[in-house]
Amino acid sequence: MITIYGKSVCGGVAIGKLMFCKRNEKVIKRTQVEDADAQWQRFLTAKETALSRLKTLYEKALADVGRSNATIFEAYQMMLEDPDYLEYIKNIIRTQHVNAEFAVAAASDHFAQMFSAMDDAYIQGRAADVKDVSGRVLDVLCGGSEGMMEMDEPCIIAADDLAPSETVRLDKSKVLGFATMSGSSNSHTAILARTMNIPAIIGLGEALLEKYDGRAAAIDGFTGTMYIEPDEETVARMKEKQAGDLEQKALLEQLKGKENITKSGRKINVYANIGNVSDVGNVLKNDAGGIGLFRSEFLYLESSDFPTEEQQFSVYKQVAENMAGRKVIIRTLDIGADKQADYFGLDREENPALGYRAIRICLTRPDIFKTQLRALYRAAVFGNISIMFPMIISVDEIHKIKEIIREVKAELTEEGIPFREDVELGIMIETPASVMISRELAKEVDFFSVGTNDLTQYTLAIDRQNAKLDQFYDPHHPAILAMIRMAAENAHAEGAWIGICGELGADLELTEEFLKMGVDELSVSPSMVLPLRKRIRECG
Amino acid sequence: MKDFKYVITDPAGIQERLAGILVKQAAGYQSAVKITKEDRSVDAKSIFGVMGLGVKTGEEVAISAEGADEEKAIAELEAFFKENL
Repeated sequence: MITIYGKSVCGGVAIGKLMFCKRNEKVIKRTQVEDADAQWQRFLTAKETALSRLKTLYEKALADVGRSNATIFEAYQMMLEDPDYLEYIKNIIRTQHVNAEFAVAAASDHFAQMFSAMDDAYIQGRAADVKDVSGRVLDVLCGGSEGMMEMDEPCIIAADDLAPSETVRLDKSKVLGFATMSGSSNSHTAILARTMNIPAIIGLGEALLEKYDGRAAAIDGFTGTMYIEPDEETVARMKEKQAGDLEQKALLEQLKGKENITKSGRKINVYANIGNVSDVGNVLKNDAGGIGLFRSEFLYLESSDFPTEEQQFSVYKQVAENMAGRKVIIRTLDIGADKQADYFGLDREENPALGYRAIRICLTRPDIFKTQLRALYRAAVFGNISIMFPMIISVDEIHKIKEIIREVKAELTEEGIPFREDVELGIMIETPASVMISRELAKEVDFFSVGTNDLTQYTLAIDRQNAKLDQFYDPHHPAILAMIRMAAENAHAEGAWIGICGELGADLELTEEFLKMGVDELSVSPSMVLPLRKRIRECG
Repeated sequence: MKDFKYVITDPAGIQERLAGILVKQAAGYQSAVKITKEDRSVDAKSIFGVMGLGVKTGEEVAISAEGADEEKAIAELEAFFKENL
């Protein structure tokens, strides 16, 4: 058995025969020609043939993978009609007196280079499309053929990288999964795999050898592992994993649209945690009732300078709109400790977890905080946004936050910029201090959300990153549960609601306990929404 | 000449699919249509040009049209941007 590793772009497990898609590498020679016009005509004819083939592919893709994935072939047609592209080819043929093949190859390289040089990962990935579309014209010029790839039985498709026009030639009913040597998460292989919801591993590199063609293989799309000629034990393990995955998918079918309600009729909200706009699709797919924790850090971490108000506004607005009236709880900047961005210019600290982070940064640098609050209050006009503040330890902090909010509102009013007046405000309960004074805090805010990861770390004085401490670590420690219970009682006593957005929220062994405590909401990763719903519906 | 300015709100920026629809839309006018980001202008009827501009979310672009149907082009393109980008 050979084990190789790549990057997973779509989960799931596939077991089957490996089929290598061979790309016929064309060697393009530069030939000097007498009649440049004749070469240009040859190109135009080949282009027309390629275009009509693309139209056929578009129709086929439309039926196979739907409109949004098929539009790539429309884009291809435009590339072939692109004035810049045509001009470039024409120029080479006319000025250098060379064959059409060479001119197309040169244009392909030129435009692919242009895209590769851009600083956007998605556009870089498009270099492959330029090559693909140019390759199609070369196929015609060199007399290459076109047809369905033959598959006798369901296979795992392996390739260097798959171009859209290659994937569309596959008989989808016989594709078990994809494994490619190169490719990015934005490549069409990745997009197609996600659309078809089949396992895919990319970036396997040189370890994926063409001689493996026809051999038995298994891919684990959860871990990005590929096995060539897997032994019995591995096959058994993979089969078990596959069964679990199918069960989860069946759960989805069965529980979608159902209420999170216990047998005795108690309802609880199940929301999802997200860390980026792109996760919203998963939230909706898994039928979460809202977003219980939107970590706004990615805006700061993925940026090389402070994100502007407009950038933030458009992101918050988009998430709120996509969630169409469902609650979206956005947590303000929680940077520091293990999450660092260079441009903040934070000092190295002896004890970062107990250091200058989250709300402490926001309250000492109100300029950063105000930009985010302005964006949030403006975006709240477009949906059901709530704002949540991390790392709170005192009532005074909330007073300071409210003072800044008053300033922000006054400024927006003065500038005549629309915003929402009554945005729901909440705090994270993640320090023992906040639990101990939760009665007082509850008077100030609309809701609590318990961040169990930090609360556990601070309460047990155990660093989760330190493996040596695993034997001392008990996620179900009675101290933690007592704290959550206390916070819940105090929240309710003052008319606030309480949720849990840490890892513990997804711990199905504790669901019943949380229900008993009167927890109003659990926010978990999108994939845990349905298993949690199932568990709630089993509770008494 | 007619023009307008627009800040891209689509989180993906002007990606291939959207660039495709945009080019198709722009190609429907007699007028020359240009997209400008900072100091670079490209032909909005060229998919390579539009994609090569690499417009990301939060960035501002100016769209201009010059020709017989420029008024119609700008009105419709502005609506197009608001709806799709």
